[in-house]
Amino acid sequence: MTANPVEANPNTAPAPALVVRGLTRSFGRVRALRGVDFTLASGEALAVFGPNGAGKTTLLRILAGLLGAEKGEVIVAGEMLARGDVRHRRRIGMISHHSLLYDGLSARENLEFYARLYGLADRRGTAQRALVSVGLEERAGSPVVTYSRGMVQRLAIARALLHDPEIVLLDEPFTGLDQQAAATLRSLLGRLREERRTLVLVTHNLDEGLELATHVAIQVAGRFVECGLRSGDTASYRARYAQATAGA
Amino acid sequence: MPSTFAAAWAIAAKDLLLEFRSRTAFLSSLVFTALVLAIFNFARDPTAVSTTDIAPGILWVTFTFAGLLGLNRAFALERENHALDGLLLSPASRTALYLGKVVANLVFVAAIEAVALPLFALFFNMPLLPVLVPLAGVIALATVGFVVVGTLMSAIAVNTRFAELMLPVLMLPFLMPPITGAVQVTSRLFGGRPFSEVSAWLKLLVAYDIVFIVLCVLIFEHILDE
Repeated sequence: MTANPVEANPNTAPAPALVVRGLTRSFGRVRALRGVDFTLASGEALAVFGPNGAGKTTLLRILAGLLGAEKGEVIVAGEMLARGDVRHRRRIGMISHHSLLYDGLSARENLEFYARLYGLADRRGTAQRALVSVGLEERAGSPVVTYSRGMVQRLAIARALLHDPEIVLLDEPFTGLDQQAAATLRSLLGRLREERRTLVLVTHNLDEGLELATHVAIQVAGRFVECGLRSGDTASYRARYAQATAGA
Repeated sequence: MPSTFAAAWAIAAKDLLLEFRSRTAFLSSLVFTALVLAIFNFARDPTAVSTTDIAPGILWVTFTFAGLLGLNRAFALERENHALDGLLLSPASRTALYLGKVVANLVFVAAIEAVALPLFALFFNMPLLPVLVPLAGVIALATVGFVVVGTLMSAIAVNTRFAELMLPVLMLPFLMPPITGAVQVTSRLFGGRPFSEVSAWLKLLVAYDIVFIVLCVLIFEHILDE
């Protein structure tokens, strides 16, 4: 099976927000990505499923500009993503299973620090609005080390969205969350969809991913073995995933 | 987009606030400093070697290793929750990140030295006041070189398996020129020698600082790539 570029959704049909062509990356002799292609329009959400070591996180780190690709290109809102070019970083937010926060700082201090790094004008106001949006305003002054895993993840979402990015990358965001925290996260991610942000989510969890996705890819050994508009229910994707990853 | 200096200041202020709250590295370095000075004080034989001859070496060995304890934490605190990724995702330049870390480390090492110097005077009965201004100048010059190189090495060492052990191994060879220069100048200051005897060493310290500030800023851009 060959990997196909994601087709534009005829219901949304906006200009591409994110174009990825022929992305290739190796670590020593291990080929983490082998010619990954896809295109997403504004408001679309791609869920990438794959087993451990499939190259999902590598894909996200390249999209975020944290890693360079050996071959291929990433085009964000019509502009080629170049190494060292800081302009595209304003357009991208990343939520991972690591919070990227400082435990010794309070929630407000963390957000105000990142607001300064992003050069936002009203740092205090922006941080306060972000805290309210994730329901943490009452604990804003408490050090992050005192937060539960769910609260940390909500704050991580606030951090990632602080600069109002057009594209949000999510790396296993449900990892380690209890049911209540996962429900809160689902609601927050649903809000991102309503705000027509472009999402790329990598996960093992088909249920969580399919709930969010307009497009689905299955990645095995660095390749997209299936990629396209979401079609079919969870059971059919479970079967396709099992078939694609058999022997991987 | 934040300016390089605004981003650097934000990073330095954040590092210093975290250290001020935990005080872990600062207190460890202070205890280490007091212990080293006490051990050297009781281990030496004042009748065999004069204090003026041995004290400069002890002062700089103490500064160097106490400073190393602080430099270890510069990037180690970014490992927590993968916070370094958060910095790299932001529009702040790599240069801003490096300069921010350098400023925070300079404040940290200077604070250690400010406490260590009176302890040194106390343990070794050295009259520092007559040479305090030139000594402070030498300490500042050597500390800048030490911190500039140490911050870069800390970034290199942080992703290795034994970062705390790797940092001195990587760093100490590069510190030979500034530490040697600082010991030589300090020794002559304590001995009341004329300025002409130290000018060459001072030039070395200044040249080292300029060369390594430029080099480290240029190299740092590539250190954090992958």
